[in-house]
Amino acid sequence: MIEERFDAIVVGAGMAGNAAALTMAKRGMKVLQLERGEYSGSKNVQGAILYADMLEKLIPEFREEAPLERHLVEQRFWMLDDKSHVGLHYKSDDFNEEKPNRYTIIRAQFDKWFSSKVKEAGATVLCETTVTELAQDAYGKVIGVKTDRRDGEIHADVVVLAEGVNGLLGTRAGLRDRPKPENVALAVKEMHFLPRETIEARFNLKGDEGAVIEAAGTISRGMTGMGFIYSNKECISLGIGCLVSDFQKTGETPYGLLERFKQHPSVAPLIEGSEVKEYSAHLIPEGGYNAIPQLCGDGWVVVGDAAQLNNAIHREGSNLAMTSGRIAAEAIFQVKSRRDPMTKENLALYKKMLEESFVIKDLKKYKDMPALLHNQSQNFFLTYPQLVSKAMQNFVRVDGTPKKEKESSMLRSFVNARSWTGLFGDAFKFARAWR
Amino acid sequence: MSTDVAVRVEDKLFYNRYQVDPGRAHIKVRPHTTPSPQLKALLKACPARCYELNDSGQVEITVDGCIECGTCRVIGEASGDIEWSYPRGGYGVLFKFG
Repeated sequence: MIEERFDAIVVGAGMAGNAAALTMAKRGMKVLQLERGEYSGSKNVQGAILYADMLEKLIPEFREEAPLERHLVEQRFWMLDDKSHVGLHYKSDDFNEEKPNRYTIIRAQFDKWFSSKVKEAGATVLCETTVTELAQDAYGKVIGVKTDRRDGEIHADVVVLAEGVNGLLGTRAGLRDRPKPENVALAVKEMHFLPRETIEARFNLKGDEGAVIEAAGTISRGMTGMGFIYSNKECISLGIGCLVSDFQKTGETPYGLLERFKQHPSVAPLIEGSEVKEYSAHLIPEGGYNAIPQLCGDGWVVVGDAAQLNNAIHREGSNLAMTSGRIAAEAIFQVKSRRDPMTKENLALYKKMLEESFVIKDLKKYKDMPALLHNQSQNFFLTYPQLVSKAMQNFVRVDGTPKKEKESSMLRSFVNARSWTGLFGDAFKFARAWR
Repeated sequence: MSTDVAVRVEDKLFYNRYQVDPGRAHIKVRPHTTPSPQLKALLKACPARCYELNDSGQVEITVDGCIECGTCRVIGEASGDIEWSYPRGGYGVLFKFG
């Protein structure tokens, strides 16, 4: 056992772990952060979009130092069938502001920088160390961690579990269940490199402006899923994710979906001639509010993806991770400042503070959305996109058919596919879940 | 046939960097005679195609190309079909971009 004792051990160096370690170290706590990768960031995978507001709360001057890719000035939503996309695009010069709101980032590089701030604040960061188990006393209280290093047991007053979506430790210690296949999506991604001028021309961007495309429809073959295309400075992050339970049911392969997405006529020209330099995969928590596990207990708290804190509707996760990490750290600091023990009752302050933040409020708002989208994936991801595409084509194609006939044939195609009850039911359920 | 696009996953994995830990597979398949539905699902769902059928019809895993997503754990650990751990510190996939 390592004799040195810490105020807090943080397991994991992703967004949540770094936010927690930084916040506690800044307040003068003795913090040890453990990361299994060769450096912080080398195991982390995300799209990725960074939300400035949440990082600003931790590192106000981050814009001057952090490895940022492009600030986002345009968001495109595409509904795809096999040959077309119907798009909703929003681009505004307002986003060319002094302090932009969203950036694309490359996680391995960003996290390395984030970790350097954690070290500067005084935390001890130990990489290439896999935590294998939580150390518990006879009463089940978490008193530290066991690692794969020699003499690898280390003790602390509290352990912050920032172990990611596939967190083993919490499950092994019986603190939470492993994620269910219907509550996580598997996303696969490739990094496509192109000269920056080519990216700017293809996405209609100036300088460091960036655009993102989120696409849903027949690319997911009737499964609940989504594709994404993010412009970085000299590469494009392109990926697609679907629920694990849907992969299990359909026998579709993730790389098969990715290839088809790349070959879609609306997508292929964007990446033509690119050089692929990495292929990655990651799980994304999709269960929403109802899938959030127990957030704290005697001697531990859980933050970020490990706590399934992800807003699947708005594609937000890293900001929820960062915020939950920061709030957990603030709660721990308050308990420590009062010289109170790190019991479940005292650490419940974290839960209370999180409930008052946007994190839990947003997840609560959409609590019925996952069930709706997951149960009706055929309608929302296959039938409607095909119908909308057909309707749009009918609308724009000029072929001598009187407009009135065109309109009634469009309406008929919707009613035939879903029936009046189905259409109203879908609209009603969607509106209710969105509210 | 559910996938009509020919994909060579091994070409994709070739882009990646790995630090292989010889003789210490971090995922193990429980010995079996006929594969369970969960094990069969892994043949398709694993994004690195680590799972393959051997000549006698059992599912085998080669972890060298694993990208540590955890999909197989979510599908196959509850039923006891597989045992899942993270690789030892410093080993496994090393993302340059992530």
